[in-house]
Amino acid sequence: MLKKILVANRGEIACRVFATAKKMGIATVAVYSDADRDALHVHMADEAVHIGPAASSESYLVIEKIVQACLDTGADAVHPGYGFLSENSKFHDALDAAGIVFIGPGKKAIESMGDKITSKLIAQEAGVNCIPGYTDVVRDAEHAVEISAGIGYPVMLKASAGGGGKGMRVAMNEAECRDGFERATNEARSSFGDTRIFIEKYIQEPRHIEIQVMADGHGNVIYLGERECSIQRRHQKVIEEAPSPFLDEATRQKMGEQSCALARAVDYQSAGTVEFIADADMNFYFLEMNTRLQVEHPVTELVTGQDLVELMIRVAAGEKLPLTQSDVTLTGWAMESRVYAEDPFRNFMPSTGRLVRYAEPQGDGVRVDSGVYEGGEVSMFYDPMIAKLITYGDNRNQAVERMVEALDNYYIRGVNHNISFLNALMVHPRFVEGRLTTNFIADEFPDGFNADLVVQDDPAIALVVAAAAHQLHQERGSLLSGHLAGHEHAAENSWVVMVADQQSPVTVELTDSGYWVGLNDQDYEIETEWSLGQPLFQASINGKRVSVQIETTAAGYKLFYRGAEINARVLSSRAAELSSHMLYKPPADMSKYLLSPMPGLLVKLAVMKGQEVKEGEELAVVEAMKMENSLRAIQDGIVAKVTAVEGDSLMVDEVILEFE
Amino acid sequence: MHEILAELEAKRERARLGGGQKRIDAQHAKGKLSARERIDLLLDNDSFEEWDMFVEHRCTDFDMDQQHVPGDGVIIGYGTINGRLVFVFSQDFTVFGGSLSEAHAEKICKLMDQAMKVGAPVIGLNDSGGARIQEGVASLGGYADVFQRNVMASGVIPQISMVMGPCAGGAVYSPAITDFIFMVQDSSYMFVTGPDVVKTVTHETVTAEELGGALTHSSKSGVADLAFANDVEALSKLRHFFNYLPANNREKPPVWPTEDPADRIEMSLDTIIPNDPNKPYDMKEVILKVADEGEFFETQVSYAKNIITGFIRIEGSSVGVVANQPMVLAGCLDIDASKKAARFIRFCDAFNIPVLTFVDVPGFMPGTSQEYGGIIKHGAKLLYAYAECTVPKVTVITRKAYGGAYDVMASKHLRGDANLAWPTAEIAVMGPKGAVEIIFRKDIGDEEKIAARTEEYRKKFANPFIAGKRGYIDDVIMPHSTRKRVARSLAMLKNKDIENPWRKHGNIPL
Repeated sequence: MLKKILVANRGEIACRVFATAKKMGIATVAVYSDADRDALHVHMADEAVHIGPAASSESYLVIEKIVQACLDTGADAVHPGYGFLSENSKFHDALDAAGIVFIGPGKKAIESMGDKITSKLIAQEAGVNCIPGYTDVVRDAEHAVEISAGIGYPVMLKASAGGGGKGMRVAMNEAECRDGFERATNEARSSFGDTRIFIEKYIQEPRHIEIQVMADGHGNVIYLGERECSIQRRHQKVIEEAPSPFLDEATRQKMGEQSCALARAVDYQSAGTVEFIADADMNFYFLEMNTRLQVEHPVTELVTGQDLVELMIRVAAGEKLPLTQSDVTLTGWAMESRVYAEDPFRNFMPSTGRLVRYAEPQGDGVRVDSGVYEGGEVSMFYDPMIAKLITYGDNRNQAVERMVEALDNYYIRGVNHNISFLNALMVHPRFVEGRLTTNFIADEFPDGFNADLVVQDDPAIALVVAAAAHQLHQERGSLLSGHLAGHEHAAENSWVVMVADQQSPVTVELTDSGYWVGLNDQDYEIETEWSLGQPLFQASINGKRVSVQIETTAAGYKLFYRGAEINARVLSSRAAELSSHMLYKPPADMSKYLLSPMPGLLVKLAVMKGQEVKEGEELAVVEAMKMENSLRAIQDGIVAKVTAVEGDSLMVDEVILEFE
Repeated sequence: MHEILAELEAKRERARLGGGQKRIDAQHAKGKLSARERIDLLLDNDSFEEWDMFVEHRCTDFDMDQQHVPGDGVIIGYGTINGRLVFVFSQDFTVFGGSLSEAHAEKICKLMDQAMKVGAPVIGLNDSGGARIQEGVASLGGYADVFQRNVMASGVIPQISMVMGPCAGGAVYSPAITDFIFMVQDSSYMFVTGPDVVKTVTHETVTAEELGGALTHSSKSGVADLAFANDVEALSKLRHFFNYLPANNREKPPVWPTEDPADRIEMSLDTIIPNDPNKPYDMKEVILKVADEGEFFETQVSYAKNIITGFIRIEGSSVGVVANQPMVLAGCLDIDASKKAARFIRFCDAFNIPVLTFVDVPGFMPGTSQEYGGIIKHGAKLLYAYAECTVPKVTVITRKAYGGAYDVMASKHLRGDANLAWPTAEIAVMGPKGAVEIIFRKDIGDEEKIAARTEEYRKKFANPFIAGKRGYIDDVIMPHSTRKRVARSLAMLKNKDIENPWRKHGNIPL
């Protein structure tokens, strides 16, 4: 067995591998860059080696440094995780030369599967379904019809030089094929000056389904079911699940057997993933093979009960797979959400910074694979994934329900995150029904994401929680020392909860186990042990388990529930009545201002008061996390006022200058 | 008998209407509440006891004898906020524009005299057009009578001004003397001379809002402590603020029970200090993680942001916090920051509120504008305030404590009671770079040597242990245990009792 494993990676996957290594009694070594000095994976490992500056090209991607770290620490094996050097055959060579075991497939598999054309040829030979198509240039319309008949409609005519949807035509029949060929050729000519067209099968309602394979060095190859990863945003996977809500047993078996055949064809050993695209009729076609552990491997682990990292380590140590195909069972359902540091309300702009508050959800069927901790840093140098939140249930509905609940309990402050978006996906009727395609997000959120797309199934929850929290504040307030003797103040118990302009009168009473709230002639029994200052209001409301994130703000309470941020004020009925006299103050028109898009240092102010600027001209430079961000004029104008000075530390949205 | 009772009710009804429904409607149309409505929202339900409802002015000139409104433009009385006694006056803009007559001033004086007798705070809700011009010098005299009482009450009972309408000319000096001035955005303004006079004298064109609005005073001049969005929010926050204040200078600050454990550990504070000594971090995070329930009532949020002031509770009891903010001007002390913190500390000292200081200060701000502006004397105010202060003083040095600024920021030498340092603290005369350039002047130009010397200096002095050897700090603590250590220090200091030598008053460098 291996004695000491170095993980040539960082973040959650490094932590994930360390956890299994520890369980197996294997010593662990972490490597880290300047930016990761205090990262969780460094703390988790028995030893840690510094390998250079923050940029991965100078640290995690430098083969010699990793090999040297192995030699220095006496590590006898390397787990590459995913990304970085995981599919780099030169790294494989270097480790071989140093006599260090690579926990992953052989070089042949990495090289052949790493090449798009070679991998398809090998797949075809191994009897794997490939997308039917004609890769040579089509001569004319008749030729196109002839080829299409062979492929079977619908087909896609594609300009060889195409891109951005130009020179692409879908044809459902012969007539459309002729017409489409002419149009695609014309477009290709005018757009690219290159009229070459080729044809392939057009996949309707495509779904991304992949098969997990595992092979040892003794010729044993098995598949561990599939994962569906159709929910993608710009080719980035967001939600993955196992099994797929789409496949039937026969298709699963066919896909699995073809995947194993491909693995055998390249003498595969270790964990690998064969990615397919499936159409509405359950036809499936090979896309590529990933010769590493996938990000989304946990969903497979949960439904198969296997530890894939452990299997990888055992196989790498030369052991036989401890199970055969007939031992592989799929039980229950697993769902994974990728929690990213990004702002879904600002076009998913990545967010970096300190995790001022960070608490992961816990509970039955909840697993969190993360590499961060409260007070840690989400660095701009690497992938913005904060964690993978995985839930498991007896069936898909339960896994989804647990995910929704877990998202409510996931408390992240300091960086923006996509919890609202993940929640919106989880409760989307089409998602719940399992009608997925890789275009799901583009279809359902064509104009991006905004707060209006966050649906509350029960808006009363936030109101009664705000009311209960307010009641506790008031009850405690009435315990303040120094009351006028004999005229002690007892807390009131009827309030008006205001959210935006909506006024909801409530009555609140303390009960033995929490609160009773009356709202709109409805009774709400709240059982909770929440105390003042706790960020999560976890309760049972009329028997339903809820978790609402709550903080006090200048104006009242900010609640976060089911992906929505709700700002509530709880007023006495007199204050609510008098609120009608308060004037609505429209938010200031900020288009005349240049705002800092991120917290950072103003390193340069390129303009002065009174200066005329042209669209695109540089106005200022804000440095954040050692990256200089040039802020440019979005239109012509005159600088009316400069409010910041060079050297200022700016908050996000702080005014830098004002236009006339 | 019945008729007499009915007459009383009728008279009260008349008084309650103030300047009449039309004027109340006009007040509402401006987004302002009436003087009585404001009292309703400020005080506990049904707790208000009104005095002097039937007072009227005695002016006969300019047909004033034809116009009488009972109460004469100000409502006074007492009531409770969360059960605690408070005296309130609320100027009524619907009655003669809230202008201050001799009788109006007498009412305020009567209220303040009573508050002084029983030792309870006074809250003024200001909404007044200024002096009652028809009364001439009698009105001016009225102002001065109020000023004198403000000064006598200063440091004896807390005085709070909530400016909710105009407050111009001499009228500004009553709020100016009080401990805190709050304002309402877009409906209040304060200035010594209004835009018209400004235009005539200095030829500046400026709106009332720009000249003396809530944003101007809360961010530019520092006259106001906070600006609130509207009347309803302002009064609700004022109720909240009142919970931090003791009734008078002989009482301890109020306490309430809390379930937040005093020994709560915050592991994330162990990573808040960046590896790069020039990188800022948000000191407010430290304050929020130390405070009971993460609650911090910050004062002067938008003014002199390089220093943070405000109230938190530790184990349920009020504590005043002063902290350098590395996010703004690297946390340097400048004129505005010194004045802001000095005044805050003196308030805490006057009213027995312990002072908790978080230090990360690279020094005083250099430059001509600071020197010409008198940073020497203004900085000395902060030094004076800390040195004079006799309430419990707990100091936590998180990072830099350089030079004179180290001395000033509640150091042990200024009678700091518990001075704790994080392991990241650097207590030194100056930063390593500056120090090396002076000590090894001859080596300037030789980058390698300077770098080596800097590293040597950093190792030697950029830590808390040199100061620890001399007992200038009492202990080096783990950042994650800051709340626990602060709470214990404050508990130990609960009965601290020291007195400054008798004198008429000290001579703070004003």
